[in-house]
Amino acid sequence: MIRYIIRRLLISIPILLIGSFACYVLVATAGNPLAEMRFRPGVTEADIRAAEISLGLDKPIVVRYWNWLTDFLSGDWGQSIALGQAKQAVFPAVTDALWTTGRLVIGAELLALTLGVSVGVLAAVKQYSIFDYLATSTAFLMFSMPIFCVAVIVKNYGIQFNNVLESMGLDRWLTTAGPRPGGFSGDLGDVIFKYTGTFLLPTVALMLISFAAYSRFERASMLEILHSDFVRTARAKGISQSRVVFRHAFRNALIPVATLFSLNFGAVLSGAIITETVFGWAGMGTLLVNSVRQFDPAMLMGWLAVTATLIVLFNLVADVVYGILDPRIRLG
Amino acid sequence: MANINLASEGGVVSSAPEAGAHEFDSAKTRTQGQLVIRRFLRHRLAMVSLGVFVFLVLFAFVGPFIWTYDFEDVSSRSYQPMSGTHPLGTTQVGKDMLALLMRGTGYSLQIALIVAALATAIGVTFGALAGYLRGFVDAALMRLVDLLLIIPQIAVAAIVVKGFSGSWYVVALVLAAFAWMQIARITRGETLSLAQREFVEAARACGATTPRIIFKHLVPNMIGSITVNATLAIAAAVLTEAALSFLGLGVQPPDTSLGVIVLENYGQFLNRPWLFWGPFIVLVSLSLAVNFIGDGLRDAFDPRQTKVRA
Amino acid sequence: MTTVPELTEDFLPADNGSTAPLLSVKDLSVTFPTDDGDVRAVRNVSFDLNAGDVLGIVGESGSGKSVSSMAIMGLLPGSARIEGSIRYRGQELNGRTYKQMQPFRSKHIAMIFQDPMTSLNPVYSVGWQLAETYRAHHDVSKKAAWAKAVEALELVGIPQPDKRAAQYPHEFSGGMRQRVVIAMAIINDPSVIIADEPTTALDVTVQAQILDTMLRLQAETDAAIIMITHDLGVVAGMVNRVQVMYGGTVVESGPVDDVFERPRMPYTVGLLGSVPNPASLGKRLTPIKGAPPSLVNLPTGCSFSPRCPLVTDVCHEWEPHLEEAGRPDHRTRCHRWEHLAAHEQPQRLFLHDEIGTVENPAVFAAANPDESLEVTAVHGTLLDEESK
Repeated sequence: MIRYIIRRLLISIPILLIGSFACYVLVATAGNPLAEMRFRPGVTEADIRAAEISLGLDKPIVVRYWNWLTDFLSGDWGQSIALGQAKQAVFPAVTDALWTTGRLVIGAELLALTLGVSVGVLAAVKQYSIFDYLATSTAFLMFSMPIFCVAVIVKNYGIQFNNVLESMGLDRWLTTAGPRPGGFSGDLGDVIFKYTGTFLLPTVALMLISFAAYSRFERASMLEILHSDFVRTARAKGISQSRVVFRHAFRNALIPVATLFSLNFGAVLSGAIITETVFGWAGMGTLLVNSVRQFDPAMLMGWLAVTATLIVLFNLVADVVYGILDPRIRLG
Repeated sequence: MANINLASEGGVVSSAPEAGAHEFDSAKTRTQGQLVIRRFLRHRLAMVSLGVFVFLVLFAFVGPFIWTYDFEDVSSRSYQPMSGTHPLGTTQVGKDMLALLMRGTGYSLQIALIVAALATAIGVTFGALAGYLRGFVDAALMRLVDLLLIIPQIAVAAIVVKGFSGSWYVVALVLAAFAWMQIARITRGETLSLAQREFVEAARACGATTPRIIFKHLVPNMIGSITVNATLAIAAAVLTEAALSFLGLGVQPPDTSLGVIVLENYGQFLNRPWLFWGPFIVLVSLSLAVNFIGDGLRDAFDPRQTKVRA
Repeated sequence: MTTVPELTEDFLPADNGSTAPLLSVKDLSVTFPTDDGDVRAVRNVSFDLNAGDVLGIVGESGSGKSVSSMAIMGLLPGSARIEGSIRYRGQELNGRTYKQMQPFRSKHIAMIFQDPMTSLNPVYSVGWQLAETYRAHHDVSKKAAWAKAVEALELVGIPQPDKRAAQYPHEFSGGMRQRVVIAMAIINDPSVIIADEPTTALDVTVQAQILDTMLRLQAETDAAIIMITHDLGVVAGMVNRVQVMYGGTVVESGPVDDVFERPRMPYTVGLLGSVPNPASLGKRLTPIKGAPPSLVNLPTGCSFSPRCPLVTDVCHEWEPHLEEAGRPDHRTRCHRWEHLAAHEQPQRLFLHDEIGTVENPAVFAAANPDESLEVTAVHGTLLDEESK
């Protein structure tokens, strides 16, 4: 197992190198961070030239990539060079954003997984029941729903709910514009009030979407397995219906969904871009959108490198999980 | 009989009767294609969805010729409520929402259809080649997919659209560059199993070339899953394009798409809800309709899954 | 649906003075509603089974033989309409809920499934699955159940059973897996074992070993066996009574030698004529023309009438009853059995020109009629070269 993990990590190094080089070329050719400078009053050609040299933009792209890579690996992720903004070190900016996203996404994804799998299993076991029709059509609807509209709707009903609370003389509870800076303080009741208020809406928005995917997936794999030969064998043994469903069918249906979850997780950590945008969380998604808008190559490269690494890592996690859950797979 | 599979056991849905069987069949024999069409026509939800889809296409491409306002026309007063002259009201800059929706739907459809067509063409070609030739081609394809998988689509789309100006075809190309992978994966899987079948061996023994085997023998046998997945790719492209545009990383103003309309108007959710719900309903109907059509096609091509109410 | 008599937890053994057979199936019919109409998978099937009996049920796929066995086990999907009575030691099984059937499955009637590759759960060790089966009916510790599992593996002839028990199904070959499935069927010492095509998925040499094991276990445990198969070779070597099924119903039944030597139903004749055997070397195979009937639109009258060489008007009018055909206990569902009995060489009824003569003795290696036909048809073409 450990040897397999090490081997997989070694294999991912060239993929990451090629990927990061492709990204570097993409970012470098997509735009010139100094383009905006030209339109500023009082900026001369010499100024631009000086800026180019100070940023190393005059060198060939391979050299620039090499410099970026060595700096990146030695821990120097560079400075944000977006114009009109205070200079910002890339490393803390990306890790802060990752932390913000992580706080939001981990809970939401785990909840969505639990809920989605439970509903999927139940819908499969009670196939063609009213519950199944409800669950299936809800999932289908959510699946066809634009995520940003869901987020907008959730947010606005949250605001209306707050208005109702206020008209009743209570405090506004649900936060619709990002987490409060500096954590939560006060007595326990207060903390819970603020904490839930901060997380509830974006979590619900994220969950609604992921839940649909997980429940559809789980229902399909459960149905397939419930009709498989070995489940029939299990029924013929004279064991209870629930033992057939949970010990035999569910244990098998868990394998693909656990793999899917691990794969998804890496992608989700790269930012719940829409939820973050709508609810004003300064996470990975917001960082990407802002870096693209301001065309900030150093920040973009930092973002891409972290994201790609996360995805590679969680792909590995997915394979390891698969290997653990399925005795037919021997990692090595 | 490994299973109580009625489809195969009773010959209930024997769509292609074995030689000699038809002379005893009371029902008239139909070709595979006729059966698929008949089953699709019987799928009520899919037929309704097809109606909705046709309506939306007419709405988007014929509507602008009939409707009085142009989507770029800013002559009306700002934020008018719903009325006879402006059935869905006007936006902040005084554009007629109905005209905007026609243009936005048209753009979204146009992009989605091109994405689906490109993704299907690339995906089927690559997937079939990899599955049929295996070896080096297969390995190269898988590495390419590995590479594309580690770079989030949204980031590439954002950078490209920002860097190369947000013309609609740039958006379409970027979306297609990522959408083909799913279709390639499915096609590859099916090709792997089809390539083992006798008719492929026979074609090869007769000296058929690789392109001929792929496009004359393999692809026609996968037409069901290709059609279904192409349809689903349309739905996915509609949603992805809208999401990108909503983030300001897709279609750029002054032109518009459904995502842009939502972006520009969702702030009015509480005060002028129709400005949000209008584009929302169009977007959801479009995506739902295409998904349902895909569902209906899947059932029509592969009736086994829904045949027995077990 | 029949009313369910009061449930006794333990089914009484047969020697309590009652003369009821071990298993008695009467007028069993199974119908599946589908979008295209009702599928009448089984119609009016009846048989009795006593301790030590080995009953063969023979027929093509789609003849309803597997569905009948699933109905006995109560394993059909909820949508299936099951009519008639299934009595085990006098107690009605039809109409029982899953829970009511639970103490009865595996303990009293166990099943061996067709495909050993898919009928074991891939994520649990073989020993675990056997022990689970044992513990479902015996209140013993996990350790004791494991010991019982090892014992069962040894009984079915798996070498190093204590080591093999800890392995997973994918670590076993097809034949070994089928032994595991058999071990699972006998671990609770049932009175009836239903074997649904137990050897179809296996190599010919392995088939013989598995049948051998089953015969040995049957002799040791005195369980009654229902052997469901389309393989007449299996039937001839193993069973004492045979039922031939066609179009969802029994068309001929009787002692195996009687039925094979003096078939009284044209379908049975055709079935026997489709199998190559050394005696027919140089003669023509006489397969049956056409395909089995659609179970949605059964032909009026006899379901075999569209394919029958002896067909007359009456055959299209009404379906005959299963009636005694000249000899005690030999029944047939045929209007024309007397004509058939009068025929010198009934096989010749099915002679037609499309199929060639059997020339290649290698054909006899494959007892499966479908496979052997393929071998005669395709030998020595370009395709074989290409696939190497």
